Amino acid sequence: MGFFLEVLIGGLLGGVLYALVALGFVLIFKASGILNFAQGAMVFAAGLGFAAAMEKTSAHMPFALALATSLLLATGMMLLTAWAIERFVLRPLVNQNGLTLFMATIGVAFMVEGLAQQIFGNNIRRIDVGLPKTSMFILESQFDGGILVNALDLWTAVIAALLVVALSLFFQNTRTGRALRAVADDHTAAQSVGIPLNWIWFIVWSIAGGVALVAAIVWGSKIGVQFALTFVALKALPVLIVGGLTSIPGAIVAGLLVGMGEKFAEVYLGPSLGGGIEQWFAYVLALFVLLVRPQGLFGERIIERI
Amino acid sequence: MNAPIPRRDIASSTSAPLLSVDNISLAFGGVKAITDVSFDIRKGEIRAIIGPNGAGKTSMLNCINGFYHPQAGSITYKGNKRERMRPHVAAAQGIARTFQNVALFKGMSTLDNILTGRSLKVRRGLLWQAIWFGPALAEQIENRIAVERIIDFLEIESIRKIPVGKLSYGLQKRVELGRALAMEPDLLLLDEPMAGMNTEEKEDMCRFILDANRRLGTTIALIEHDMGVVMDLSDRVVVLEYGRKIADGTPAEVKRNEKVIAAYLGVPH
Repeated sequence: MGFFLEVLIGGLLGGVLYALVALGFVLIFKASGILNFAQGAMVFAAGLGFAAAMEKTSAHMPFALALATSLLLATGMMLLTAWAIERFVLRPLVNQNGLTLFMATIGVAFMVEGLAQQIFGNNIRRIDVGLPKTSMFILESQFDGGILVNALDLWTAVIAALLVVALSLFFQNTRTGRALRAVADDHTAAQSVGIPLNWIWFIVWSIAGGVALVAAIVWGSKIGVQFALTFVALKALPVLIVGGLTSIPGAIVAGLLVGMGEKFAEVYLGPSLGGGIEQWFAYVLALFVLLVRPQGLFGERIIERI
Repeated sequence: MNAPIPRRDIASSTSAPLLSVDNISLAFGGVKAITDVSFDIRKGEIRAIIGPNGAGKTSMLNCINGFYHPQAGSITYKGNKRERMRPHVAAAQGIARTFQNVALFKGMSTLDNILTGRSLKVRRGLLWQAIWFGPALAEQIENRIAVERIIDFLEIESIRKIPVGKLSYGLQKRVELGRALAMEPDLLLLDEPMAGMNTEEKEDMCRFILDANRRLGTTIALIEHDMGVVMDLSDRVVVLEYGRKIADGTPAEVKRNEKVIAAYLGVPH
């Protein structure tokens, strides 16, 4: 039982990381109907920028100040990125169909990856924001030997939860939230009721950039900032399909499901199937969900009158 | 039923125009959509824009609310000449519209769709809105009341919560009118509000348009193909053909105009 719980908790905490990346995808899809292929690149760029800023500043000032400055700089960088994407990529493509915009984001992905490496170099960088990394045993009284968890993973979960609550409030209660949903549905109509498209797009790409920064910091603390971070984004795709492209809670629940499922599959099915299940489990799960529930667990049903 | 509302004599009045279009030309590459057209819309009137298919009627509305920018000529609205106005700015200045092919937010309910029309009426900051409390709450309630009034006015109480993608075409057009009215516009542009409707639905729509004009005082520019409707509703009519203006006047004058008759019936060559 102790071992089972340990696998479960390990899986859930790993899933939080997937959920964080998936969240960035969902935000942009909800608000503009674009599947943003560049989300992984944005995570990578945000991580590089933040790590570089930390290295430069921590030599000259106390840790807390360096951390704050670096966060500010990295946020500024993501705002600038959002502005540039809106101004030079999205604005000329207003009223184009989803596929065109999707292709454009592939271009953006290469641009962002390339520029980030050009500016910050392509060495693997460490991120240390002072989150505790000690492993600890919990529930030792209930189980023999207790359950091993990593403090960093727990902190990640807390951060993710706060982020989700804030974003949900924003989307459901605010005028801007409703405006975002309107823009996703119909650009023309949204403009005609007075919603400034360019501003909305800037806001949503900025938020996605902010989410990317958070994801970069927690991933970076775990595995370092390296090009492989962009592949993490690929893991977010099955999470999106399982959770539904338009649902913020969906991204979280699906992230947890995928993280948990992976670990269980690896531990319990691995020995009989030859291992390596963790690599492909998420995609098979996504395929299965597509077969029985194409809109995902929490996605909006697509309604079309014929 | 309400008693018939007496016709006013706007056509002969000399009230200042709410909007005037002066010598506008619009081309897409080599295709001329509008050539040197001028007309005005007076405060409080229903102004019909008619003409055969491809005459440039919708292009004209798109110029007025800023989707298109004419290459030549100018548009003066509320006394200010406008340069390259963007649609959301036009909306902020009180121009609302509906579209030929219904443009609603299909995944949202009727209520939410009409609420988007109140986008510009929300004044409180993001933080207040997010916590849904205090002045922001009062404002939300105010907006909801305004929307409920419109739902009541358009007799669509029963479909309040239904996602508009599921509604019939006629009802969708009605919701779209509701969203435009929720903006409390000074100038309402209606692009074929009755296309594809049966007689009963058309009568309802006529009633709503007249009510919006007479009771709410909304100035309306209307594109419509049903001549009976145009003659009944409008105070003045402008006729376009191949992007040029061929007639302008009261319904009775336009009906007698030979060019108009030729445009609609064709002339022997």
